[in-house]
Order: sequence, then C-alpha cells, then structure tokens
Amino acid sequence: MAHNSIQTILVLGAGSDIAFACASLWAKGGNRILLAGRNIDALSRKSADLTVRFQVESSAHYFDARDYASHASFYQNLPAVPDVVLCAFGYLGNQENACKDWNEALTILESNYTGAVSILNIAANDMVARKKGGIIGISSVAGDRGRMSNYHYGSAKAGFTAYLSGLRNRLAHEGIHVLTVKPGFVRTQMTEGLPLPAPLTAEPEQVAQSILSAWKKKKNVLYTLWMWKWIMLIICTIPEGIFKKLKL
Amino acid sequence: MIQRLANWGNYPVMDCEVQDFTGEENWQPKDSEPIIARGMGRSYGDASLGKKICSMTRHNCMLEFQEESGILWAESGVTLSEILETFVPRGYFLPVTPGTRFVSLGGAVAADVHGKNHHSEGSFCDHVAYLDLLTESGGIIRCSPTENPEWFNLTRGGMGLSGIILRVALKLKKIETSWIQQTNIKVRNFAELCELFQQHQSATYSVAWVDCLARGKSAGRGILMLGEHVSKKQAEAKGIKNLYTQIKKSGPKIPFFFPEFILNRLSIKIFNLLYYHKQLSRKSEFVTPFEPYFYPLDSIQHWNRIYGKRGFIQYQFVLPFEGGAEAMQQILETIAERGFASFLTVLKVLGEQQGILAFPMKGYTLALDFPVSDQLIDFLKELDVLVLAAKGRIYLAKDSRMSVQMFHQSYTEPAKQFQQQLQQLAPEKQFQSALSQRLQII
Repeated sequence: MAHNSIQTILVLGAGSDIAFACASLWAKGGNRILLAGRNIDALSRKSADLTVRFQVESSAHYFDARDYASHASFYQNLPAVPDVVLCAFGYLGNQENACKDWNEALTILESNYTGAVSILNIAANDMVARKKGGIIGISSVAGDRGRMSNYHYGSAKAGFTAYLSGLRNRLAHEGIHVLTVKPGFVRTQMTEGLPLPAPLTAEPEQVAQSILSAWKKKKNVLYTLWMWKWIMLIICTIPEGIFKKLKL
Repeated sequence: MIQRLANWGNYPVMDCEVQDFTGEENWQPKDSEPIIARGMGRSYGDASLGKKICSMTRHNCMLEFQEESGILWAESGVTLSEILETFVPRGYFLPVTPGTRFVSLGGAVAADVHGKNHHSEGSFCDHVAYLDLLTESGGIIRCSPTENPEWFNLTRGGMGLSGIILRVALKLKKIETSWIQQTNIKVRNFAELCELFQQHQSATYSVAWVDCLARGKSAGRGILMLGEHVSKKQAEAKGIKNLYTQIKKSGPKIPFFFPEFILNRLSIKIFNLLYYHKQLSRKSEFVTPFEPYFYPLDSIQHWNRIYGKRGFIQYQFVLPFEGGAEAMQQILETIAERGFASFLTVLKVLGEQQGILAFPMKGYTLALDFPVSDQLIDFLKELDVLVLAAKGRIYLAKDSRMSVQMFHQSYTEPAKQFQQQLQQLAPEKQFQSALSQRLQII
C-alpha cells in the first residue's frame, strides 16, 4: 500500500483479534490507526505497539457500542476524520443463558446489531457529507440462517448483514464502498476453548489478510475461509421442513 | 483447558492445564496450585511444563523504543524474531541471540540465554536494563542490576521460578548493516580447536561445529565459525547495495514426525562426513546474511520432527577451563566409541558467570542432539559422571532427564543460594515447573 496516500483508519472493537490483526496490516502500510473499544488500558498498549513496530501515528479511544448517546460525541472528538471505519465489535454470548435471561439476550443483540447501526449511521452521514470514505463491517456466517445453537447471536448478525447490504446500496450512489465480512471459524479469544475443526478454522492474521485484499479489490461480501461461502450455500438451501429437525 | 504439551525436544510430553495471561490486573494471587509461565515452548526439556501453565504468547506488545539508547521496552511474549523483523531494517540487532529466533523475551531472560558472543559480550541478561516481575503476592517489582538486584539475580536464569516476567527493557545493539563476515576454519582435532578458540578470542562471534563420530586422533575435528558484523564501509567496498536484508518469513516445513530409522548411526555419519569435507580449503571467508550464520535451523520449520515421535535430548554441559580440555576430549572419545551419534554437535567457549542459577561459566560448552532411546538414557548417566568429575554442569533450559543428585552436586552453591534467596523473597513457592519439581530446585 506504499503507493497510496496515508489514510486514517478507525477500528471499532479493536480489542478483537481480527480487528487488531487488520490494524497491524494497515499500520504496516504506513496508515494512521485509531483504536476504539472499552478496555482502554489494553488498547493503549496495542496502540503503543503499532507505533513502535511500524512507526505510525496511533491512539486509543474509549468506545462503548451499547452507550448510544455517547456515539456522536465519540465520533466528533476523534483526533482525525477516519477514511475507513472497520466495525469489528461483537459478543458471542451464551445461547442457553440468553433464552432465559433477557439481559444476556439484550447484550447479544445490542453488541452485535443496534450498537453497530448507531455508530455506523453517524460515520456514514459524515462520509456522505464529505463525499469520501469507506466502511467494513464484520458480520458472521451465523447470520445466514438461524440455528438452535446460537440464534441470538445469529439473528443479531443477520440484522447487521442486512443493514450493511442496505448501507452499501445507499452509499454506492455516493461513491462510498461498504464491505461485509462473514468469517467462519476463527481462532480468537471469542472461540477459545471451543472444539473447532482445524481445516475450517482460520487464524486472525489470515482473515485480516483477506479482508485487506478484498477491500482493495472493492469486493462487496467476503467469506473467510472461502469454503464457508459454499457451506453456507448448502445450509441455506436445506428446506425448512428438514432443517428444523436437524440439530445444528 | 487441558493440553498435551512438550517443549522443543518433544520429550517429555505432559498434560498441562493452560490459561492465557490476560494482564496483571486480572491476576489472582495465591491461586493455591503452583503455576509456571510459558512462552514459545522453545526450551528443550520440561522447563516450561507443569500441571498448571500460564501462556504468555498473547502478552506481546512492544511498548516503547528509545532511538538514542536503543532500549526496547516490551512485553515478555514478544519474540526475538519480531524484534529482528522490526529493528534490523532500522539498524539494530539483538545484543545476544540463541540459536533460534523463535524464543520469547521472557524465556530468554528466564534461561539467561547465551549466544556465539558469550565470551565477548556476556549473556542475554547482561543487556537487560531492567524488567518488571509479577511476584507471588501479586505485586509488581521493577528490578535491574542496581534496583532490587536480589530480585534481578534471582530472575535472570531463574527458570521462571521467581515470578512472571511481565516486561523487559532490552538494550539493542547498533549495526551498520545486517551482513556477517564469516570465517570458517577447518580443524583436525580437539587440541587444535582449543588453540584456535584461544587465538580468536577477540572475535565477536565464535562457535564450532564438531564431527562427533570422528575417533582417535581425529576426535574433536570440526569447523570453527567466526563472525563479525559488516560495517557500512566494508559493505560498500564489496559492492553490497542493500545494507539491511529482509528477513525471510518461513521456509519449508517438516510435515510429520519422521520414522525413527531415518536418523541412525550411518545417516548421521554420512551427514557429518559431508559437512566436514564440504569445505575443501582450510580457511574460507565470505559475507552472508545474518540468518544462516545465527539461525541455520530456523529455515526449516518443525525440524525437531526429524528425530521421530519419541523426540530428542539436547545434552548441553559446560566444563571449567581447568582440566576441561582433557575431560572434553575424554567425553568426545567416549561418545564416538560407544557409537551414540549426535546429529548436530556444537562447541563454544563461554565467559564469566552472572546471576545465581545461570548456566554459563568460564570454560567449554558442548551441545549434542541425540534421538531418545532407552539406551541413551543410561548412556547419558555415564556422561553425567564425567561432567561432574570435571566440575561441570548441565544447562537447565535443555534438560529433561538429569537426576536430583546430579543437579545438586553440580550446582551445589548456586542451588543453595537460590533456595535461600527464594525462601526469603517468595516463600509461598507459587511458581513451579516440572523441571523445578523433578530436580527439587526450590
């Protein structure tokens, strides 16, 4: 990316492994990185890391996806206007608890969907006004079809996927690109301890590589790893009458 | 999460309960069961294994770099490889590096690793300005040779038993190019090798590869490899354009454990013979990128798998100069006579000892790689006797099999001092490893 001019990248939910792997790649390309999330101590360390390793400007900013009222001032108070916003926060939660405990259910819905809508509306409006920018949203293959094992998370991600699709449609007319990323299994803090099948599981660095390359190519929807596109195609074509009897 | 783990030698293999280190703020002091910090798992034996393990690999931020002094302040999970990738292009090198760059900063401190420049520039911790240690009380102690020196001395080479190494301030070495001027000198026997080490003690880097299967008059024959950093002027004179070469990410990979018959006496003999005769002239001089000189094996991922599923033991010991040469000769002859073939054998002269439990002392160190077998375990006990008789000792970061007696007889004073100091400073003994329990270090 050396031939591009330096861009400012806002990473929301920068504590996530995929997000930080992306941030590192952008920093390597010489870009300025704004890391945002709730764990400000951890983000400050990570921001220092980017500055030491890649000699770029980097800073950490407190951001709470569920504190909607704070979003506008958060965005306005950033030290630089972002050229690209990566929306990477999310919360897998516990499906069983979510069925019984509304607070858990609400946390899942807000952390994966409404929080993203709130902040991305602000970013999108700003980009439309400036007539430049770009948005990358990290959704999930879990949003492609609701399954009994994680339909709270899945439905929130389904909402987010639909939102990104609509946003892409709207912003395309303004020359602003939106990329939807649907990772399959990734070895991250979120999935730690889960027995993931190795051939279908990606490393965060791998996912980050494909996100940046898809972004460069202006792809609309990206599945990582690639086979997830076909796996989800199969899962989505199973007739509902059969699907509902499966234990997925 | 329970994981089946081994260090680089693939011997021993253990079930360990692994937790990720998520920051000192989340640390629960006095967690009842002892625990040991683990970095990249590149020690050879059971040093970073145990019932409970705290993995430091995600604790890997570089926090600050001072251009002037060359001091890097970084979390302990950062690897030496990452440091090289980041700083070689900016004209800095590791002050001391072991034979692999895939070790963590914390591990390098805990084993107080040495490199090819130990005789001239000391061990890793001689270049640590200060460090932060999480102690069993949950407190954080900053220590250095002048600030809380008792903690510093306990921690350098302390195999992680004094606490969890959180952050390290490492003083990097300024270099003008990343190239190495290498001089290889073929030597016919061990006496000649000793003489040449003596002659070249002003060389920055020196190490010798030894043909461990050569017998009789040829015992100890090998190739002495000297190295110097190439200056900008020298590079320009040689027409080298790129002063700093890019580090190659990763080379070929050994995909699975080789069957045990592949490494046998014959194949090892052929390898050693070819290696010795590859160089025809007595002396050869050339300029090389730094990786092949410092990290010849790093270019092959998982090279430890060639030793088969049972793994291998790297037997490394040091003998003091006094009587050391004769004892070394005897050990080399014993190995050759008994037919225990070491694939790779490396000899080096070490400098002064520092710290308490640290391995290096003035003398000769020899490292041998043997595939694990029942006979080998017995044979190494015989070597122990020779090492002990010569007042030598074994490197804890490589050990997986010495006896309690061997440890306490060879590390008598250091072990006593270590125990006393630890008893005073950290009486709960919260940090223990399979190694410390096996050898009753604390």
